[in-house]
Amino acid sequence: MTWRSPLALMRDALQGQRARERELRNLVSNLPYEGLEKAKQPNRFFPSNAIKTTKYSLLFFLPMNLYEQFHRMANLYFVGLAILNFIPVVNAFQPEVGLIPICVIMCLTALKDAWEDFRRYQSDRKINSLPCLIYSRREKRYVERRWKDVQVGDFVKVLCNEIIPADLLLLYSSDPNGVCHIETANLDGETNLKQRTVVSGICPLNPGFEPESFNAVVVCEKPNINLNHFKCFVEKPDKDKVGASIESLLLRGCTMRNTNHAVGFVVYAGHETKSMLNNNGSRYKRSKLERKLNIDVFFCLILLLTMCLIGAFGHYLWLKSLPDVPPFLVPDSNGHLDDPSLTSFYMFFTMIILLQILIPISLYVSIELVKVGQIFFITNDMDLYDEETDSRVQCRALNITEDLGQIEYVFSDKTGTLTENKMVFRRCSIMGTEYSHRENAIRLAVLDEPESEEEVIFNQHQQLPRTRWSLEAEGISSIDTHRHGSRHRSKVAANAQSDVAFSSPLETEVIPDQKLLEQISRAESGSGRRDGSRGMDPHLDFFLALAICNTVVVSLATDHRQRVCTSAPSSQTNNPLEAFSNLVKKAGTLFQRKSNRNRTLSEIPVTDSSKTDSRADSNGLQTHSLHPQSAALTAALEDLCYEAESPDEAALVYAAKAYGFILMARTPGSVTVRLPSGEELVFEVLETLTFDSNRKRMSVLVRNPITKEYVLYTKGADYAIMELLGTPYAENISSIQKSIAADTQHHLDCYAKEGLRTLCITKKVVSENEYQRWLGERKRARAAIESREELIMQTSVQLETNLTLLGATGIEDRLQENVPDSIMALREAGIHVWVLTGDKPETAVNIGYACRLLEEEDLVINMSCTNKLACTSILDCTLEEVRRYGEDPRNVDTAPNTSLVIDGNTLAMAMSPDLQGRFVDLAKRCRSVLCCRVTPLQKSGVVKLVREKLKVMTLAVGDGANDVNMIQAADVGIGISGQEGMQAVMASDFAISRFKHLKKLLLVHGHWCYTRLANMIIYFFYKNVAYVNLLFWYQFFCGFSATAMIDYWLMIFFNLFFTSTPPIMFGIFDKDVSAEVLQGVPELYRTGQGKGDYNYLTFWISILDAFYQSLVCFFIPYWAYQGSDVDIFTFGTPLNTTALFTILLHLAIEIKSWTVVHWIIMVGSVLLYFVVTLAYSALCVTCNPPSNPYWILQSQMADPMFYLICTLTTVVALLPRYTFHVLKNSVAPSPLLQGRQLDRMDGSTRDQWIKEWRGFRGGMSVKRYELSDPPSPTLETPADYFPESLTDADLTGDDLSLNVITRNHQRDVPT
Amino acid sequence: MMASSYNAKEEDGRNSNSSTHGGAAVAKSKKPDNTAFKQQRLPAWQPILTAGNVLPAFFVIGLIFIPIGIGLYVTSNNIREIEIDYTGSESGSPCNDCSTNFTWNTTTPCICTVNFTLNQPFEGNVYMYYGLSNFYQNHRRYVKSRDDSQLNGNIKSLKEPSKECEPYRTDPVTKKPIAPCGAIANSLFNDTLELFHNEPNGRTTAVPLAKRGIAWYTDRTVKFRNPVGDNLSEVFKDTEKPMNWMKPVYELDPSDPENNGFINEDFIVWMRTAALPTFRKLYRIIHKNSSSTLTLPSGSYTLKVAYNYPVSSFDGRKRMILSTISWMGGKNPFLGIAYITVGSICFFLGVVLLIIHHKYDSRNNSADIPN
Repeated sequence: MTWRSPLALMRDALQGQRARERELRNLVSNLPYEGLEKAKQPNRFFPSNAIKTTKYSLLFFLPMNLYEQFHRMANLYFVGLAILNFIPVVNAFQPEVGLIPICVIMCLTALKDAWEDFRRYQSDRKINSLPCLIYSRREKRYVERRWKDVQVGDFVKVLCNEIIPADLLLLYSSDPNGVCHIETANLDGETNLKQRTVVSGICPLNPGFEPESFNAVVVCEKPNINLNHFKCFVEKPDKDKVGASIESLLLRGCTMRNTNHAVGFVVYAGHETKSMLNNNGSRYKRSKLERKLNIDVFFCLILLLTMCLIGAFGHYLWLKSLPDVPPFLVPDSNGHLDDPSLTSFYMFFTMIILLQILIPISLYVSIELVKVGQIFFITNDMDLYDEETDSRVQCRALNITEDLGQIEYVFSDKTGTLTENKMVFRRCSIMGTEYSHRENAIRLAVLDEPESEEEVIFNQHQQLPRTRWSLEAEGISSIDTHRHGSRHRSKVAANAQSDVAFSSPLETEVIPDQKLLEQISRAESGSGRRDGSRGMDPHLDFFLALAICNTVVVSLATDHRQRVCTSAPSSQTNNPLEAFSNLVKKAGTLFQRKSNRNRTLSEIPVTDSSKTDSRADSNGLQTHSLHPQSAALTAALEDLCYEAESPDEAALVYAAKAYGFILMARTPGSVTVRLPSGEELVFEVLETLTFDSNRKRMSVLVRNPITKEYVLYTKGADYAIMELLGTPYAENISSIQKSIAADTQHHLDCYAKEGLRTLCITKKVVSENEYQRWLGERKRARAAIESREELIMQTSVQLETNLTLLGATGIEDRLQENVPDSIMALREAGIHVWVLTGDKPETAVNIGYACRLLEEEDLVINMSCTNKLACTSILDCTLEEVRRYGEDPRNVDTAPNTSLVIDGNTLAMAMSPDLQGRFVDLAKRCRSVLCCRVTPLQKSGVVKLVREKLKVMTLAVGDGANDVNMIQAADVGIGISGQEGMQAVMASDFAISRFKHLKKLLLVHGHWCYTRLANMIIYFFYKNVAYVNLLFWYQFFCGFSATAMIDYWLMIFFNLFFTSTPPIMFGIFDKDVSAEVLQGVPELYRTGQGKGDYNYLTFWISILDAFYQSLVCFFIPYWAYQGSDVDIFTFGTPLNTTALFTILLHLAIEIKSWTVVHWIIMVGSVLLYFVVTLAYSALCVTCNPPSNPYWILQSQMADPMFYLICTLTTVVALLPRYTFHVLKNSVAPSPLLQGRQLDRMDGSTRDQWIKEWRGFRGGMSVKRYELSDPPSPTLETPADYFPESLTDADLTGDDLSLNVITRNHQRDVPT
Repeated sequence: MMASSYNAKEEDGRNSNSSTHGGAAVAKSKKPDNTAFKQQRLPAWQPILTAGNVLPAFFVIGLIFIPIGIGLYVTSNNIREIEIDYTGSESGSPCNDCSTNFTWNTTTPCICTVNFTLNQPFEGNVYMYYGLSNFYQNHRRYVKSRDDSQLNGNIKSLKEPSKECEPYRTDPVTKKPIAPCGAIANSLFNDTLELFHNEPNGRTTAVPLAKRGIAWYTDRTVKFRNPVGDNLSEVFKDTEKPMNWMKPVYELDPSDPENNGFINEDFIVWMRTAALPTFRKLYRIIHKNSSSTLTLPSGSYTLKVAYNYPVSSFDGRKRMILSTISWMGGKNPFLGIAYITVGSICFFLGVVLLIIHHKYDSRNNSADIPN
């Protein structure tokens, strides 16, 4: 190591800083510099691949952690008080004692932080020492090093199934086509393989790539967070620049698949890699409750200051009233007594120290603990576990559990959220002729009918070995591992057909339409003649387009990919439908009843065991019966696995396959398609214009091997395609084209009405010249480093003109199971449900009815207008209409059943600043709103608007990248880990796997979390106020001198140990109403909405109660001991004891269900109090000068008076609350209490009861209102039956207030 | 986060190896355990507070509290108690001279006598208290102004008392440590009370007052100890008496050498600071005569006070209290009345709830059964 001047070091550091900050980086190979000292390394300024995610280092843990902790106001407050205690004139306790609570709490927090950090350190070390292969010039080969040794500029060789250690620019792949595949599941959860291409022209594709010969400069952009963009070019020694994009970047953390090995040049390492930049920890959100809580803490602060002022003022008056210097006034060490006003000024601060626990110090820590417990229970809920994807619900934001119980507006995406996002090919229209695929529809209907059967299908695969994807479910890792797991499980589920995503039997099997088959075979034979350029029949073209125009990756089971298609017997039968229905029949009869029974509580163990048994049985059954068949029919064809980025593509490819157009292979340069005739055509792929949301289409430019024509196949949304249609061939009769377009449009509209997703398929023949011209532009666009995206898009748009329409497809996106039920439940729970979708209004409305978002009897307002003026007037009209409708006294209850359907354009206008007020007013009055054709930005705009204007709790649920904005804008964001990757999940606060889980998540866990936490916080405030007031009342009898009649230690223990666990337990375990009832009666959810349990009223009532109780706890002992020879601590002991009993029994009144845990903790707290206090007052003779509680409790416990006083005080203190509860429960029982009463019934009675009650409403009459005829006085309305229904309710004797909630239903009965 | 994902991966590799080797290891599913605890289905007792359910509780409380209250009240009423105020702040009262002329530094005690009559005889042990009003023994600084380890006989603390004792820690003149130090000790109540029975025959007999047994046993034996040494005066040689004291601590009770130093019971009783500004402290015990049945027969008595303790600086009152005692301590009717009242209220509430129960609960119960 040579000595270097500090100046040089500084210069170096500056240089490094500049190098890192620069927009473009020039990277060269490290190899020529191998073995040289650090200062000579060209890439020395860029970080190495070693990562460090720890927050602290060993040396600086303490200062840094303290610094972190002092960022919390509460901690600062308590430390300030502790310091105040060190000032002799104001101290209330011995200075050290004042430090204990804050020290304990900060130590606990520090320990927790240290433990987390240590875990991070361990995992960092583990990752940093993972092996990888780096080229060494000295040894002329790739040597094994560790990850942390990787430097920018190194050459790293990655073998198949290895994880990529850093961001690599792909230079060489063992694949002859220069591609390799990576799996990005670790990064974004997307399970399909992504293809990466070697940077062309850098190194010859000969087998022996020589890193040493690499002498180009890699110029790349500054590291950024975007996973899908990368700009870079490689400058060869001859100044020739070759552009490279994300297509050539291997991202750290991805897994190499399908390729034997690949070599990459390290461009970013360590913390600069895209995956690390994307890896930011869990988010911190503040819940509504917490915001409210802070206000109340502020009230407590005011209360505290008031009490201290009273104390200080009282002390002043007391001092003034003394005629002379009494012996009990202790002067300072000089024998000098301070002026009364100065003394009372000091007294103010002493009082703050004495009464400090009025601000609940442990509240924040307790809330955190409670939330940890609540999240534990949420994530462990069996009902929120998805068998199919093996995923539990994930709580990514740790501190907003209780917000789930207060939701008033739910904003939902449609595709993938309400629907499966499993696309099924339903119908198509070719050249203006509709092919209805009736058989296929029947097949789907059969599948659809019994809902439980689908579950059964998935269940069967549970037994398959899935060892290799073993999971590690711990702490922070859960997110990643979950994604990992989910992929695996979906694979398992999909095993039935092939081992790939989007390929459940449902999606992959299409029964061809007979008519179309005939048509094709005719065309086949026709085209067999191959007579010239226009010989291709449009039908053939159509299917060729389906097979070619996509980015589906075909992988073979024999490839290197680990997830090899294991023998999946059921998949390889000759007639899938037959095998399938057989299977369903066999299995269905076995399970159907059992799975129904699953819901009853008591039977679960039984059910479970029997279920697994029978499952095993059926497995055996299945293999036995199907095996012989399947063995005979193992064809290479069936081994094809299609991996698509979007499920639509896969569905289309499978559809083409059903008609014999089988996509055999796809390489960057070619597509192989097998025709029905068995012939395999290899199309040269010249260009792929990928899909983007602006163009709403994608195209593939291929060269037909037979005709040698350049053909562009484009598919896309109908409105994006229709305007690009042209008449490329002059001799073509344009009217035919036009009529085709018109017919197709008609079909498209029909499809949309049925709720199908539509796509148009077009074709364009490009002439040689045109192609060459375009290619030049395309190349220029590619090489541009500035605004490359725009240029590329422009070139795409240039080519996609004058298309010839081939046909259209209708793809069904099936509703997820239990969606209507869940939406119904949410609506009954008083939640406004909004669905925001990019679909057409017709499709959306259809889905809306299907999922019961819109009801037949709803008043549906359809808003769609083209200009703002119209929009304003429509808005005004509608608003007036709805308002009148709602204000009509007889319509009070039916008004919420208004629904609004609005499209994107109108929405944009309605959300303009001058109209948004009216729009929100209208939306507020609608029970459900359906927004169609909205953009992702509009989605978040709507959420923000509603959230800010109406000041309500909003929840957004979505599954795709387009929902991310919305999820982030809402108070609670829920991601559905579905088929569209993980962006939504990454942005969300909670991640679920099915929409139906939302029901239990909100109605049960939301409700529980909210009531638990709200009650706990109220109780916490009460507890502190009650206890502190004891001290306060005593001040009136000790000259306001801030004396505590309880030993300091016992006082601290009281809060820290004796009464700290019960509230936490209360917050974690208490269960007011059982999950079954909460789900059965969604109306109970309304108790949490709006103000909920925790509002000013409940807060102040509990504070008043605390005042009352503390008065009782103080004055009963006071009068009992008045005038006697009682000493301070002997007086304080019964006070402390009654306070303990009162506070614990107060909680006991509030606890709704007592489990073993409750008993242990409550009894344990009391025992702990006595044991600790007894031990303390027996052992501590002079240990805590000047306070000395020696033998006090012992002598008290030998005195019958002690027990008499404690009993009386506790009874008197709790009598009002107890009586109040009893009276309220008896006279005006709350809905929750009625829910609890339902709970007490045995299972069957309750179910029957709920069912009857449900049926009551289900059978309500269907009313239909049209907007055109607003309700007139003469119109028959349910209100006519109002008096009658009252007596009705009385007669039936059913619970009154349950009916009150749903009065409208009750009222509807007679109609 | 990344870290863990890699962990999972690594495990993948390992497991896949084992499975390819033919191991039929079962994969770890993420499926939550179906246990009653994790699924929040622990068997629970769910009480619902309705009139019907809690009725018995109210009646039981009423039925228990009222007898207890009556018992307490009767017991309290049976206690004989007499209070003699001898402050003498009013002109004409016996101790008026003493109270006006007195300061802490007077060396010769001022003697005054107060006559009083017992209308009813006192039976059993009679406890003699002195009472002070408006004396805030519970003032925070006052309470702290003591050194427990000094009082516990710690030699080191004897020589160097705790800082809490300031400004009564060392003598300002001699600079010697004060024993016992602190404001509490300094303000020790130093009136001497004697009781004489004026018998009907004109004879005046002194009532025997026991000095021992007035402090807590644990205080006398554990908390308060004299420093180790044969001779108390030798032990306390290097210390000074508190400023307001007339005698050093080892001469507090000349009649009983065992009752001197820190274990003097009058001193111990004083050191147990009172909780409330008006308090009494046990001064002497008049033990029950073995021969005669009455400890203090009714009649005329004279209280002879050596008036040493000034109370005018805080508007205080001084009292002498004679009281018999029961299991519940001194005379205090409050608890008895409170028990009776609360018991009655509970009973009344019980009746109210019974009515409510009949009106509402019966309907609720029927509502539970679906028809």
